[in-house]
Amino acid sequence: MTEAQPATRRVAIDPLTRVEGHGKITLRLGEDGKVLQARLHIVEFRGFERFIQGRPYWEVPVMVQRLCGICPVSHHLAASKALDVVLGATPTPTANAVRRLMHYGQILQSHALHFFHLASPDLLFGFDSEAGRRNLQAVAAEYPELARQGVLLRRFGQEVIRITAGKRVHGTGSLPGGVNKAVTAADRDALAAALPEVLGWAREGVALVKRLHRERWELYESFGSAESGLLSLVGRDGRLELYDGVLRARSAHGALLLDGVDPARYREHFAEEVKPWSYMKFPYLTALGPERGTYKVGPLARLQNCDFIHTPLAEAERVEFREAHHGELTHAPLAYHWARLVELLHAAEVVGELLAAPELLGSELLARGERTGEGVGVIEAPRGTLIHHYRVGADDLVTSCNLIVSTTHNNQAMNDAVAQVARRYLDGVEPTEPLLNHLEVAIRAFDPCLSCATHALGKMPLEVVVVDAGGAEVGRAEKRGG
Amino acid sequence: MKGTFTLDGSEVPFHEGQTVLEAARDAGRYIPHLCAHPEFEPHGSCRVCTVKAEGRMAAACTLPAREGLAVESATDELRELRRGLVQLLFVEGNHFCPSCEKSGDCQLQAVGYALEVRSLHFPQLFPDRPLDASHPDVLLDFNRCILCELCVRASAEVDHKSVFALGGRGIDKHLIVNAESGRLADTSLSVTDTAVGVCPVGVILKKGRGFTVPLGQRTYDRAPIDAPPEKAGKP
Repeated sequence: MTEAQPATRRVAIDPLTRVEGHGKITLRLGEDGKVLQARLHIVEFRGFERFIQGRPYWEVPVMVQRLCGICPVSHHLAASKALDVVLGATPTPTANAVRRLMHYGQILQSHALHFFHLASPDLLFGFDSEAGRRNLQAVAAEYPELARQGVLLRRFGQEVIRITAGKRVHGTGSLPGGVNKAVTAADRDALAAALPEVLGWAREGVALVKRLHRERWELYESFGSAESGLLSLVGRDGRLELYDGVLRARSAHGALLLDGVDPARYREHFAEEVKPWSYMKFPYLTALGPERGTYKVGPLARLQNCDFIHTPLAEAERVEFREAHHGELTHAPLAYHWARLVELLHAAEVVGELLAAPELLGSELLARGERTGEGVGVIEAPRGTLIHHYRVGADDLVTSCNLIVSTTHNNQAMNDAVAQVARRYLDGVEPTEPLLNHLEVAIRAFDPCLSCATHALGKMPLEVVVVDAGGAEVGRAEKRGG
Repeated sequence: MKGTFTLDGSEVPFHEGQTVLEAARDAGRYIPHLCAHPEFEPHGSCRVCTVKAEGRMAAACTLPAREGLAVESATDELRELRRGLVQLLFVEGNHFCPSCEKSGDCQLQAVGYALEVRSLHFPQLFPDRPLDASHPDVLLDFNRCILCELCVRASAEVDHKSVFALGGRGIDKHLIVNAESGRLADTSLSVTDTAVGVCPVGVILKKGRGFTVPLGQRTYDRAPIDAPPEKAGKP
């Protein structure tokens, strides 16, 4: 410690996590130890928007899915949809059915991974439980049936992806203009045979998350909660829609700000702010400006943005969720998990619908039309609205690319949640391991791609450095694995 | 004339005029190779088919089969040498298999698997090689060229157009096209030319066809390149 204490101190948590890269959190503390400012930084530069330029358009859906190892299908399909427009192609009923099946399989496996593998240890054992217990192995030891169901739910979703895309991760099933194969009757029957058990596990998952939430209602509703708008796709009739729909945005208290917006016109309604301390941009609703126009995306936004869910089991759960909150919007990050499990159940129901659709086995796979040169593809990825926008030259090479990914939409909301949690739990300047995990719990609720559990199941190393205003290090804490 | 030579100790029959590689192929014996192609004269440039015959290294694609010749191929020494050659080909270009449409149909990738190339070993050169997308039906992605000259030979000998050639020397050697502008669109190439289909890697590509073959049905998904001939993938 230096003799003369500075007026403020900066606490940096670095690296926070990996999104195929790094994030960190910095906290600026006042003299009394209060948090004056909290920032989540994504300090990695991916560069996909740049290096996709000059590549042939048909390579794009395969290349851009490497953005993510958890939800590659989302990028695969958003790019395909955008390039459908470039080709002027209206995908055939078979192509749409195969792509939808792939997408809902992806929602199912990603939500299972997010909740059971990554988040459930915190929720089951407590945010400040012993670090060594906060992993799936410990869940398997204490709740073997729960862990088994989580793993098998994810496995089913991955099997859906394998059948439609050719591989569990980073397949090639979807192409600009359609798909490269339909589903065989044998594969369809195998999935259909497994579905009743999957639906049962999904319902048990919803029951578990509801119980956890209700048991600690005050904590779950207040932890990291910060008001913002909500954004998602919805169906044209207002239903929950994850593959293709129109954009809807609500204010923090539920007033409709946008509705029925053609996703291709996203630039008329959204702008992105760049801040010098993060590689991640801050999108906002242009009409409201960067201060008031920020919003959340993902399961919590979707569940509260839609008017109804067309599948009966998930709709009953949506109604219960809304009634539990007396019809008001909740902004609690931990309510994401509840909404996520409702969507998981919905995804299982939709998989059942699609497996019963005859067009899934059809033979018309690819469509072509009149070239347009530019296309926007929007999809609801597991963690929220995902926008892909490409321009393609007459020589078939990509000339420009804009990607607004779910994590980016949630940037401000995650920053707000981190600040709220930090204010609540940071007592004094000495950061403790429980504090670090509380921050992780908040981030993890939004996005496992940013959570410390992403690739190492709770063993992500965290480093906290306390520096004075002049930049001199005055304290340090490390967390090396769970 | 007919005769036999030995390949790694077992006899291989040959006809008059056959090379060691040709006779081995006919006998269902795999010797790794890249620039050799059954429909074209041997070239002997990639050296991946290097074998040892009576103590001397030689390219199997140009080595005439001879009665009683003792040829070694499946030895650790030769395997190591071939692996090094393939690693050099990988680092000299820009080969990104995960997003390459030729993945699963690419001979360089297939030979890499057969030789158990698990790392690049050498530092990557990351050359800057812009694509030529000027032709309406055919794309050239020079990043993946291994200088096998199969397209050069096919265009000259079969198509009688001489669209392709190699220019430059040494490390700067590169594929060029026969047009003053340097653009493929200004050559006489047609998408139906033999030269278009002969590329063993992902340089000469028919536009808009990438990824239309599902995973599991690509050439080397069906069987690896070094599988017994009744199963082996044929590009």
